[in-house]
Amino acid sequence: MTTMPKRDSYDVVVIGAGPAGLAAAATTAEAGLSTLVLDENVGPGGQVWRAITSTPVVARDRLGADYWAGAELVQELRASGAEIIQQATVWSLDRHLEIAISAGGASAFVKARRVILATGALERPFPIPGWTLPGVMTAGAAQTMLKSSALVPDAPTVIAGQGPLLWLLAAQILRLGGRIDCILDTTERRNYLAALPHALGFVTSPYFTKGLAMMREVKAKVRVVSGVSELAALGDSQLASVSYVSRGRRETIPAELLLLHQGVVPNVNLAMSAGIEHRWDDRQLCWSPVLDPDGNTSVAGIAIAGDGAGIGGASVAVARGRIAARGAVEVLAPDAAAALTAENVLRTTLAQAERGRAFLDVLFRPAPQFRIPSGDTVVCRCEEVTAKDILDAVAIGATGPNQLKAYRRTGMGPCQGRLCGLTVTELMAQARGKSPEEIGYYRLRAPVKPITLAELASVPKTEADVKAVARQ
Amino acid sequence: MTRLVDAIVVGGGIHGCSTALHLCLAGMKPVLIEKDYAGRHASGVNAGGVRQLARHIPEIPLSIRSMGIWERISELLDDDCSFESHGQVLVAEDAAELATCRARVAELNALGFTHEELIDGAELRRLVPAVADSCPGGVVSRRDGAANPAQTTTAFRRKAALLGATVCEGVAASNIRQRDGLWQVDVGADSFAAPVLVNAAGAWAGRIAADLGEPVPVETVAPMLMITSRVPHFIDPVVILRGRKLSFKQFANGTVLIGGGHLATPDQDRNETVLDWRGLAVSARTVFELFPVMRDATIVRAWAGIEAKTKDDLPVLGPSARHKGLYHQFGFSLHGFQLGPGAGAVMAELIVNGGTQTRIGELGIDRFHPSTS
Repeated sequence: MTTMPKRDSYDVVVIGAGPAGLAAAATTAEAGLSTLVLDENVGPGGQVWRAITSTPVVARDRLGADYWAGAELVQELRASGAEIIQQATVWSLDRHLEIAISAGGASAFVKARRVILATGALERPFPIPGWTLPGVMTAGAAQTMLKSSALVPDAPTVIAGQGPLLWLLAAQILRLGGRIDCILDTTERRNYLAALPHALGFVTSPYFTKGLAMMREVKAKVRVVSGVSELAALGDSQLASVSYVSRGRRETIPAELLLLHQGVVPNVNLAMSAGIEHRWDDRQLCWSPVLDPDGNTSVAGIAIAGDGAGIGGASVAVARGRIAARGAVEVLAPDAAAALTAENVLRTTLAQAERGRAFLDVLFRPAPQFRIPSGDTVVCRCEEVTAKDILDAVAIGATGPNQLKAYRRTGMGPCQGRLCGLTVTELMAQARGKSPEEIGYYRLRAPVKPITLAELASVPKTEADVKAVARQ
Repeated sequence: MTRLVDAIVVGGGIHGCSTALHLCLAGMKPVLIEKDYAGRHASGVNAGGVRQLARHIPEIPLSIRSMGIWERISELLDDDCSFESHGQVLVAEDAAELATCRARVAELNALGFTHEELIDGAELRRLVPAVADSCPGGVVSRRDGAANPAQTTTAFRRKAALLGATVCEGVAASNIRQRDGLWQVDVGADSFAAPVLVNAAGAWAGRIAADLGEPVPVETVAPMLMITSRVPHFIDPVVILRGRKLSFKQFANGTVLIGGGHLATPDQDRNETVLDWRGLAVSARTVFELFPVMRDATIVRAWAGIEAKTKDDLPVLGPSARHKGLYHQFGFSLHGFQLGPGAGAVMAELIVNGGTQTRIGELGIDRFHPSTS
């Protein structure tokens, strides 16, 4: 593996080495296109297959068969001839398909004829009172520690929220001997009814039996409180307890660790900063890129596959990765396309993988009180802006997230709104009686990941720079 | 339906908002038309420099007029605009550059301007302790400073609206025409009519002027800026370089703004800019060399605002040379933010009184149309 790209331009650059990126890059490289994979993790796999090539958790049943499916795809990619760079941060992509990378303390640029974005998902913000206290973390962060280092909680631990990943994490923690004192399930009761029309697709999907078995496994060992309608993390400088309301009764349980999770949303940061058109997805309650059936975006030459195109899970991501790759091959090397898996086969695979998703989306639609905070609850943790601060700014004329910056520094700190963006949009939409689509989102700009001045200063000089120096 | 107002101001940048506010202060009821929202482009996203330093001589009187308003900005707008006055320093990197500085200050003094002051290496290091030891001196303008541009432009808009200006945001002015001595402008389904039209449309103003038969050699540019995460406080004044393209400012919260005029590619019709990271890397290298303390700072955002630059780098400010009731206020060529408060005051005087005490004679549009003057 190299630390910097070997060439300054490629037929295809794939950003992200999760399920979609692995499948896409293996496909284009096998078809003979020069392919570069840029991934910010230590090894390939993305979040779902994190540390697939290095995990110390070797007993296969602990992480489950779905996890180990990733290993085959990594093998396929490694055999394909694609160039893979790990620990490479892509911090800029523009409509000219120029990509800026930071790796090993320096920066570089590469040009692509096609870009496939496979930047995956981020956890949805879960802004409850006290969520910024030390001792409160996201389930995703806990899962990262579990997969990379086999670290599981041993102090009093509460998991709160909802969604398939929450149950998966709970099962993985328990299998590795970790401690969970209580699970607070925030799924709204009315969602069960609302999801019913989609139930047929779900019971015939692979999620059904696997999901049910996992929930049964967890519930056999841990107390589960359902119908939780209020949630707060309490403590002075450190989490001490978790307070919640279920069926109208308030309870408080001591805890040193609170893991929060209420689903994932597409990671749109790089795509939005490249000027790709997005729309508000009312079912998944997030921004999704506007795509054609092959995953092509509004910016010519850029396609998106995987959860970044809309949450679908690993199998959907692999199918979308193959479809986007096929699209690139058809344009750049039409003769090679014939040897690839036929389009109708890919589409059938995708349709099968997508079955059950509607049910999950409706069932696990997060309740408004867990998405739209009020009062002193912090929204933007970088700049310590509360829900009340934002409502006050709306009252004196702030109309959207970008205008809000003239009143409050919301979204202007180190994370540039990557953590609070959805919350701000939904909060302002509610306050102004408008739809999230009308309110809009932060204008995202590069660098989408922070880079140091020294890294930027080390960018190779332009020809003009070199000439200027040579003349002296 | 057509609404009759006292004046139509096209463009919700700091210039249009300031003019609308000053017209209100003079008792008029203007309408302000902004196709996006006030401060969306250059006025809201510039470096926020409030600078008299290193200005072209023809615009110095306007800059000085504006400075007086800046120093009372809270009284005018009920908002401090985050204005701070720690001076601006121009750094000479070698003896030749310092000689140029000396000549410049002497020239200004001869013209009666005293705001620029030559400083030696000792005073430079007192003002800017972190600067590289090799720099022999420079020029300071002690009353200068910086403000928050989005906050400032928004505050001008808010105060103008409070005093009776009608603010239309989100729809472009179209179909600008003069009929029966009145200027008429469509805004979506609405129309406004007024005896006065102010063209303060920034990067879009050149098109309006050309459509009205007064073309100006103006191009659309997008100067780039980047900002770092918080670093320990190490500098108060705004710093600009004599030779290389760099401007540099640390805010009270510790973040550092790096600018200096490297350009992005503007896409005016998409409201978009594509950044040139190689240009920003040049700025990064300059900072790397001059301020070693900054080397590990993290860059969190880079951006560019779209604005108009004229052939002679001077703004167009004053009445039309062709049409009665038409006034131009655009082309501020990357240095219009500090001029906004003063230019709005001057524009209101031109409209209401037919003249101003502030010397702006060399900024008229007639300089591009000798035959009509």
